[in-house]
Amino acid sequence: MMAGWIGRLLRVDLAAGTTRTESIDTAVLERAIGGRGLGIHYLLSEVDPTVDPLGPHNKLVFATGPLTATSAPASSRYTLVTKSPLTGGIANSNSGGYFGAELKFAGYDAIIVENTSPRPVYLWIDDDRVEIRDAGDLWGRAVSDTTELLLAETDEEAKVACIGPAGENLVRFAAVMNDGGRAAGRSGVGAVMGSKRLKAIVVRGSGGVRVADPAGFQAAVRAAREEFKDPFMSITVGEYGTSDVVEFADEVGLLPTRNFQQGTFEGAAAIGGTAVSRYNLKGVGKTKACFGCPLACGRVTQVKSGPFKGRGEGPEYETLGSLGAVCGVDDVEAIMKSNYICNEMGLDTISAGVTIACAMELSERGLVPESDSGGPLGFGDGAAVVELLEKIARREGFGDSLAEGSYRLAERYGHPELSMTVKKQEFPNYDPRGGQGFALGYATSNRGACHIRQEVHCVEFFGISLLGIVETGENLDRFAVEGKAEVAKKIQDFYCMIDSSGICNFIVIGMPDVRVFIDLMEKATGLSFGGEAGFLAAGERIFNQERLFNLGAGLTAADDTLPKRMLETPFTAGASKGNLPRLDILLPQYYEARGWDTHGRPTEAKLAALDLEGATR
Amino acid sequence: MGNQLVIDVDRCTGCRSCETACSFAHYEEFNPRKSAVRVSIFTEDAFFLPQVCLQCAEPACAAVCPSGAMHAAEIDGSYVVSLNRDRCVGCHMCTLACPFGAVEDDGRGCVRKCDLCGGHPACVEACATKALDFAAVDSSPRAKRRAMADKMRLEGGNR
Repeated sequence: MMAGWIGRLLRVDLAAGTTRTESIDTAVLERAIGGRGLGIHYLLSEVDPTVDPLGPHNKLVFATGPLTATSAPASSRYTLVTKSPLTGGIANSNSGGYFGAELKFAGYDAIIVENTSPRPVYLWIDDDRVEIRDAGDLWGRAVSDTTELLLAETDEEAKVACIGPAGENLVRFAAVMNDGGRAAGRSGVGAVMGSKRLKAIVVRGSGGVRVADPAGFQAAVRAAREEFKDPFMSITVGEYGTSDVVEFADEVGLLPTRNFQQGTFEGAAAIGGTAVSRYNLKGVGKTKACFGCPLACGRVTQVKSGPFKGRGEGPEYETLGSLGAVCGVDDVEAIMKSNYICNEMGLDTISAGVTIACAMELSERGLVPESDSGGPLGFGDGAAVVELLEKIARREGFGDSLAEGSYRLAERYGHPELSMTVKKQEFPNYDPRGGQGFALGYATSNRGACHIRQEVHCVEFFGISLLGIVETGENLDRFAVEGKAEVAKKIQDFYCMIDSSGICNFIVIGMPDVRVFIDLMEKATGLSFGGEAGFLAAGERIFNQERLFNLGAGLTAADDTLPKRMLETPFTAGASKGNLPRLDILLPQYYEARGWDTHGRPTEAKLAALDLEGATR
Repeated sequence: MGNQLVIDVDRCTGCRSCETACSFAHYEEFNPRKSAVRVSIFTEDAFFLPQVCLQCAEPACAAVCPSGAMHAAEIDGSYVVSLNRDRCVGCHMCTLACPFGAVEDDGRGCVRKCDLCGGHPACVEACATKALDFAAVDSSPRAKRRAMADKMRLEGGNR
């Protein structure tokens, strides 16, 4: 009997209107682990990397991990893996809430969605009973409305993952939303779902999840939870979510402001954690958790009156940054309204904000004719941001151009250098000029600009040791170049394992020792990883599989870079003043550390060492 | 005086760790449907309510039980409405009689309800926020007045 995993997936062919269950080989699970790793396994073996991401031949994988739905802390995660319509490379976006756990209770580690439905449909999974149902009445509806109607139509205790109008309209940064306000936000996974005319997946499960060594697992869970009582995570993040990071990032001088023209924002306090906490629906400290999470960093907020009236989950740091400081907006209520709209429309708040900021800069520089933008568009105009978000989701007017993402927008107006992206995906809110290792991590992230696939910032700015896998201390001076290639590689490999495990990276980084995490994985699955080195090597394989997919899709070493602004224009004020990322030094060191050639391709020897020979199609 | 399972609704975050802990303690699997404690979740209102057997002083489930399987008992000095599985005839009258939905058909000819894990409730251990606690409850009028006053004080009374 399989432990940790279920050992079964659901394959859905939307063109034929058929579904079938398949068992998953133990050998596949042992190598691919789950989540992000299992997703890239199927993408690499079943999808030609050159396919149109929004065409019928792209596949959409929903994958849980071996710890999902167990008593491991924060065991809520599922990951969506597909070819990204934003980057043209690999997309992997994960989310919490309750959907992932319910999928496992229904008896599936994963769902693979293939082909395109001729009409809008949704998938209703009730344990072994699976139906593809008509979603004609749901098409065009916002996320909360869709969720409510689906629960009424199926089972009120079921869990829903769906797209909003943004996904339907193929906005290149559309999210998949589950349980109302949780998002698999990045890289346009929602657009892929929309291209398949799959409005939602509704799941209800009555089965259980077992582990290989129940007593050992119980002890590992106790150890993990004990170690998680760290005050930074439990008090700061537990009460304020990540919103408290705004003022910290401003102090450190890497809070991206006005399309990354500055690293400090005069309005930081106005949009920080304390400001946001005043809007908590049930008061400060009343938080909400995802499945199995002792931290509970989510908050429901409400703006009671005025033009930005609304209610919903968030905002978190990335939203306060992208739809706030990056757009020069210091009106916290406008940002909250923007957040609510993104959740309802199914938009990634990061890419949405950074794309609007790009439009603002283009407009301020007179590079967009007003006939296109519908009038002047300047930094700081929160009402304009709110208005544009709906237009993006519905591809109305200027919103249609913004729906393509900032790179295609800036290129259209002849200035791609004003797009703050890596591999055409918009930056989150830690400016790479604030840390060398972190800058390298951005440039080499497989899914484009992303902070949570390589949290080098944890060691460079937050002083978090990442479970002891990286030595913190003086050698981790954030402006130092030395040793950072190794650090970035190690952290990227480690995050491949976190994202494949089924538990949330917030919980993992709160653990002081990597052995606790490895122990959870081993006791759940019965595998032996061979200590920290073997564990990281399993992650390295996943990272290289993603790299192979990207290379196959046509991405090259030339894409391992940062926008010109970040490479050439240092900040003139703030604590990161004067620093520029030295990719010229770091990239060759990084390729060498990875065992890649000077063109950023894994060498034969490296592929052999990772048992990946013949991994590409 | 014995302990009671105490629920503080204000502390619940809806993480459902109590559900997995309960099913694991009784069935060695993680399965909310086999848990004797269930959390009702209303995310948009930030409202979460753990629901479990209240161990009634006059249990309706025991009153209707024709075989005496459901009965008042004590474990470790704590009061519990206990189920003797050997005497259960599987009539499921108790599931109809319980006004709180705390007794459920277990699908195996018997019923499932909270047994306080023999005096060490797994759900309490798993609860990170102490929304669930197993403690002696002072039910004197004085203690009740204090509890009420504390609640109002912490919510900013006399403002």
